[in-house]
Amino acid sequence: MSVDLSQFIPTFLEESYEGLALMESSLLNLEQGDDETINSIFRAAHSIKGGAGTFGFGHVTDFTHLVETLLDEMRDGRREIRSEEVEVLLESVDCMRLMIDAIQNETDYDNSSIDVTSEKLELLLSGSLSDDTGADTPVETSKNASSWQIIFIPEHHLVQTGNDPLLLFNALEDLGELKVNAIVDSLPSLTEMDVEELYLQWELQLFSDSVTEQDIREVFEWVEDECELEVTPVSFDEPETESTSLDETSETAEVKQPNDETPSPEVTAPNIEPEITPSPAGAPVTENKEVKVATKAKPEGGSIRVGVDKVDSLINLVGELVITQSMLSELGNDFDLSKVDKLTAGLEQLLQNTKELQESVMRIRMLPISFAFNRFPRLIHDLAKKTGKDIELIINGENTELDKTVMEQIGDPLVHLVRNAVDHGIETAEKRLAAGKPEKGTVWLDAYHQGGNIVIEIKDDGGGINRDAVFNKALEKGLIEPTTNLTDNQVFELILEPGFSTAKEVSDISGRGVGMDVVKKNIQALGGRIQVDSTPGEGSTFKVNLPLTLAILDGQLVRVGEEVFVVPLITIVESLQAKSENINRVSGDMILYRLRDENVPVIPIFQLFNLPADSQDVDDSLLVVVEADGQKVGLMVDDLLAQQQVVIKSLKDNYQDVSGVSGATILGDGSVAMILDIPGIIQMALDIANKKQKEKQLKMQNEGALI
Amino acid sequence: MDIQALAQEIPVEGEYSLEGIDFITSGEQYLTFLLETEQYAVDILCVEEIRSWERPTKIPNAPSYVKGVINMRGVIVPIVDLRLKFGIGEANYDETTVVIVLKYESAEQGRTIGFVVDAVSDVLNAEENEIKNAPAFGGIIPHHYVNGLVNVGEGVVTLLNVEALQQIEAHTIG
Repeated sequence: MSVDLSQFIPTFLEESYEGLALMESSLLNLEQGDDETINSIFRAAHSIKGGAGTFGFGHVTDFTHLVETLLDEMRDGRREIRSEEVEVLLESVDCMRLMIDAIQNETDYDNSSIDVTSEKLELLLSGSLSDDTGADTPVETSKNASSWQIIFIPEHHLVQTGNDPLLLFNALEDLGELKVNAIVDSLPSLTEMDVEELYLQWELQLFSDSVTEQDIREVFEWVEDECELEVTPVSFDEPETESTSLDETSETAEVKQPNDETPSPEVTAPNIEPEITPSPAGAPVTENKEVKVATKAKPEGGSIRVGVDKVDSLINLVGELVITQSMLSELGNDFDLSKVDKLTAGLEQLLQNTKELQESVMRIRMLPISFAFNRFPRLIHDLAKKTGKDIELIINGENTELDKTVMEQIGDPLVHLVRNAVDHGIETAEKRLAAGKPEKGTVWLDAYHQGGNIVIEIKDDGGGINRDAVFNKALEKGLIEPTTNLTDNQVFELILEPGFSTAKEVSDISGRGVGMDVVKKNIQALGGRIQVDSTPGEGSTFKVNLPLTLAILDGQLVRVGEEVFVVPLITIVESLQAKSENINRVSGDMILYRLRDENVPVIPIFQLFNLPADSQDVDDSLLVVVEADGQKVGLMVDDLLAQQQVVIKSLKDNYQDVSGVSGATILGDGSVAMILDIPGIIQMALDIANKKQKEKQLKMQNEGALI
Repeated sequence: MDIQALAQEIPVEGEYSLEGIDFITSGEQYLTFLLETEQYAVDILCVEEIRSWERPTKIPNAPSYVKGVINMRGVIVPIVDLRLKFGIGEANYDETTVVIVLKYESAEQGRTIGFVVDAVSDVLNAEENEIKNAPAFGGIIPHHYVNGLVNVGEGVVTLLNVEALQQIEAHTIG
């Protein structure tokens, strides 16, 4: 084989995952007599099986074969579609995913679950097979001949569709001893021969006691539309003489052949291979190697499927950019002042082009949120079974687009929220009936754009959050004081605090006491927010607000001394001019600013970052009040500059992470500005304060010891 | 653009690839530069570009020899003052101050860092056997930065290890 199959494995894996996702979602929607759906499931299973066979993943092929057989019976209406079968099929999908994962990661997998599932499948199959054998293989199943004669006349274009007779013959050889004779009668003269066509025909003889016609036809399943195939049982002696004569003709022909057909590597009669002259073969081989290197690097970076329209618009924009560029450079060749107008127009056009290009490129990274939502029908299905609740999932806005990186990181928090809604939100059927609600609970998953953000809502029609229970629990855990006056929403948001879980019993699904705070943390790490709303008896809503992309951020530019910093706009509560009467110095050198009835600690940036500043005095300075993790602080800066969108660049690439700074960006004048990491700054200020305290204590102790 | 014409321009294996490379010399090539009066050299293949000095943006709480970061065609590049790092001479920035941007790619990661030096002087060809080990007598510069010494005329050039220069960055700070 001159084609290195391993280069196609990533494609096979990708397609298999898609197939599995399709099978899973279709199985969940499967209803009796729904031919369309069952057909698509069958097709998905069939291509996974075929692909696995091609690449030699025998275990996948064997397992998928069972699945396919079961599906085939369902497709033909020989088997009823009951939930029992669907469950086993869903389990099988999991097993197939396990095996394909193992292939991708080149690791081993846990055989036991696959064995269990295959047993279940076999059990189901054996139950029906007894009365269905007749229908299944109507032709000559019982008649096992000792030898088969196969006449295989492929159409000329067979190899162009990616099929290779050699592979078929190899598969046949697995069934028994094989004798292959090529018939070269239809070989045209050299001048007429098209190198990409296949002119050979074959007569094969297969010696085996146990092979059925069905087995043989299965080998040719992929090419049955593209060839003429005759399979006839024969006794031992008959064809022997005939074939010897054929042998001679074919051999002479084959020697001649390679010279004409080498450029197309697929065209290979079994023994052509060694005769390929090195020079023309050299080219495709090196090409293959290059491709292989490229695909090997792929898994780390991940790949993305982009709609052709997006790529087309990108190409158009680049075209326009090139035109603008040539216009500008022509202008620059002999520039004089009379052409200033043209220059301004050209620059404006350039600005327009760049903006559009930026938007287009960002759009490439955007994927519909259905990629993240797809796993939920299955999740709800499993959870409903586990909890014994009847639950319906309604998904809206699944085409809302979201940056790929955000998508990858939001999946797990969403899963947790949905589990939470099912486990804690939806009541048991009895309770629901007693409350006058339909027995079936509903969970809504909504996604929509709002401003520059995407909002994901997870809503249930369950019992809602018990305000008093949450409040009491928070008291018990010491999260709040008994006197604290909180609005309803503030109380509900307490459930997102670390160490909080109101579930009376720790269940398998959620309620391990870790989780909701992790959800909040993950969402905040993405620069998003989460809000909780709940009406007793009617249900709860979790609203997750996320930036569309992690690469661009709305920022407020501020100046400290000579340096410009970017404060993420989402963290800013307000900016104000400090009035001296509101500044209090307490407990040593802590500066507090009285903002209405709150005392906000002031963090002078110049001090924290060790920079020169215009003014070192808090009086009359500018304060940017920011909030992170519920803590407000006032950042003392020298000047407020413009608000603008900035592109986030990592400092880690060439340097390392810097505390207090989440990244850097490039401003309009080409200079670099640091982006402030507000939670990081608060942490830094706390650390410094703690360190000071410790030093002080140590000093006091030392002094005490002296006295 | 005519693809054929474009393909012609791209050097391929064989005779084309030899064009433009000076084959009169042999051995490795090094870029030499001055720190105060001492001569140093780095592997020329690591040199990304040589820039004039521009004021970098300060990195909060960075060591004194990390002057900050600059924007090099959209890439954020840290600037390290080698004089300060090695403790050789005073750091003053004028028109002749240059920044040598070095890129070193290891298996896991590639870093691009700019180093401030007093002046770039020459390209040096040195055979393997001309590189001598540095004697272990004092010197301020830690040994692992030094790959060896090369005699050039009457003077001596110190060959620096670019990998160590880049990597030490990650350990000393933070």
